[in-house]
Amino acid sequence: MKITQISVFLENRKGRLSEVCSMLGQAGVNIRALTIAETESFGVLRMVVDKPSEAADLFRKNGITANQTDVVAAEVPDKPGGLAEVLKALSDHDINVEYMYGFVEKHSENALLVFRFDNPEKAAQVLRENGLKVIDEKGIQGL
Amino acid sequence: MIWNESIETMPLEDLKNIQSDRLVQLSKYVYENCPVYKQKFDTHGIAPSDIQSIDDIVKLPFTNKMDMRDNYPFGLFSVPRTDLVEIHVSSGTTGNPTLVGYTRDDISLWSEVMARTLCCAGAEPEDTVQIAYGYGLFTGGLGFHYGSLEMGMTIIPTSSGQTKRQLKIMQDFKPRILCCTPSYCLYMAEEAKELGIDPRSASWDIGIFGAEPWSESMRGEIESAWDMLATDVYGLSEIIGPGVSQECTYKDGLHIYSDVFYPEIIDPETGQPVPDGEDGELVITTLTKQGIPLIRYRTRDIVSMTTEVCKCGRTSPRTSKIKGRTDDMIVVRGINVFPSQIEHVLLGIEGTQPHYQIVIDREAHKLDQVEIMVEVDEKIFSDEIKQMSALSAKIKKEIEAVLSIGVKVHLVEPKTIERSMGKAKRVVDKRAL
Repeated sequence: MKITQISVFLENRKGRLSEVCSMLGQAGVNIRALTIAETESFGVLRMVVDKPSEAADLFRKNGITANQTDVVAAEVPDKPGGLAEVLKALSDHDINVEYMYGFVEKHSENALLVFRFDNPEKAAQVLRENGLKVIDEKGIQGL
Repeated sequence: MIWNESIETMPLEDLKNIQSDRLVQLSKYVYENCPVYKQKFDTHGIAPSDIQSIDDIVKLPFTNKMDMRDNYPFGLFSVPRTDLVEIHVSSGTTGNPTLVGYTRDDISLWSEVMARTLCCAGAEPEDTVQIAYGYGLFTGGLGFHYGSLEMGMTIIPTSSGQTKRQLKIMQDFKPRILCCTPSYCLYMAEEAKELGIDPRSASWDIGIFGAEPWSESMRGEIESAWDMLATDVYGLSEIIGPGVSQECTYKDGLHIYSDVFYPEIIDPETGQPVPDGEDGELVITTLTKQGIPLIRYRTRDIVSMTTEVCKCGRTSPRTSKIKGRTDDMIVVRGINVFPSQIEHVLLGIEGTQPHYQIVIDREAHKLDQVEIMVEVDEKIFSDEIKQMSALSAKIKKEIEAVLSIGVKVHLVEPKTIERSMGKAKRVVDKRAL
């Protein structure tokens, strides 16, 4: 129940993010969720798209450094304490969240979040055992 | 004053006789004591008996930095290790540094040529000298120390750095002589102004600056900032350290002590001598050294040379300031840096050779800054910032360990480093020297 995240290495310079996004737009790849982690001199753009393999090919062809990572997308109850419960379940199973971010759109009545774990298989299982809906690749395409 | 008047003002014919005698001795000495030279002579089809005068020097094979590297650590030495009283290292092109060693007599020689150097710049035995070259493995500090000791000056061995303390010591003890890199001297002028000290009122009258290339315009800047005489010193650790040549107060070329360090200027492509006054590579033979004597050592420095006798009375030939290099070595804050050293580090960290570029810059009156740009490809890219930061920190740490100077590491996107004819440009030197 993992999905593919595409990460892109970006230098902190004007217009760079826009270039990468329009490249995807022109190729008809839709961004579903994204986040940018930054340091003083560079940033890492991480995103979930509807066509990850097309996006990866596109970056390779254009000489942009990118890689693919398995992440888990799960629905989290959109209410006070919703996320806290999920995180507690994970921590009770010794699962560490490397980072997480939210989807652009809301999915059903719940919030949809992307989690990066060391062990995505095990994490997905724990989430399901705790009654959360984990979205697969097909589910992402259907958003 | 002239430190060793009988040698330094010797008629050219007598000088040539001394050089001839010494070269004959040297050829025999290295052939008998250094297996690497014996083999070099044999392969070259030359015997020590073929060397009858200094003019025969052209028959001898050259020595390169590669010979130093291939025979690291002690292969090129002509004495047993127990005869060495001091060793120093400088940058090597990859992996190992360049090792040099001195016997007790070699240290006496170094003291002698450095005393000549200091006097050539105008120092007197009753002067106080502030030595702000680094002490330690770098030859700068100790070379000046030995020469000053030989002359009987009062030495303040401040070594490099700690600018505030350098300035306080200058104000309190009033040394007339300053020895440091020229860029550090300009940097100190800025610091002085910030501390409310007028550099023109400083006690330093004479500066002996070297270990890095510098221009006439920089000399003008130093002289007007400090109201002092700024002279150029040249040397390299393979030959002795500082003390190979020095400008006199006429500032019209560097007097090279040719009775002990015999200079030739060659075309770096053909190895043939170039006429007086033309640019070429400086090649030096150490005529009297014992520990690690070198025959026709290729310095890779481009200079021109004149044998015309100087107004100061010294009869030694004079070379120009360094006009360039025949290899890709760069000098940063007095430290020699080879791009291959950085390549070696990156290869060790990543298992492959990433594209990189070294950018050297110097803001006005500041010290040199080195930035290493490394292109991030898929092999080293991670979606986790902490891993990317750790990679950047590791590259920085390992490069600093090899170069002994601080650097900034900048991770950049692929294809952002300028390539000319498909080959990446390794060094961008933005300094106005």
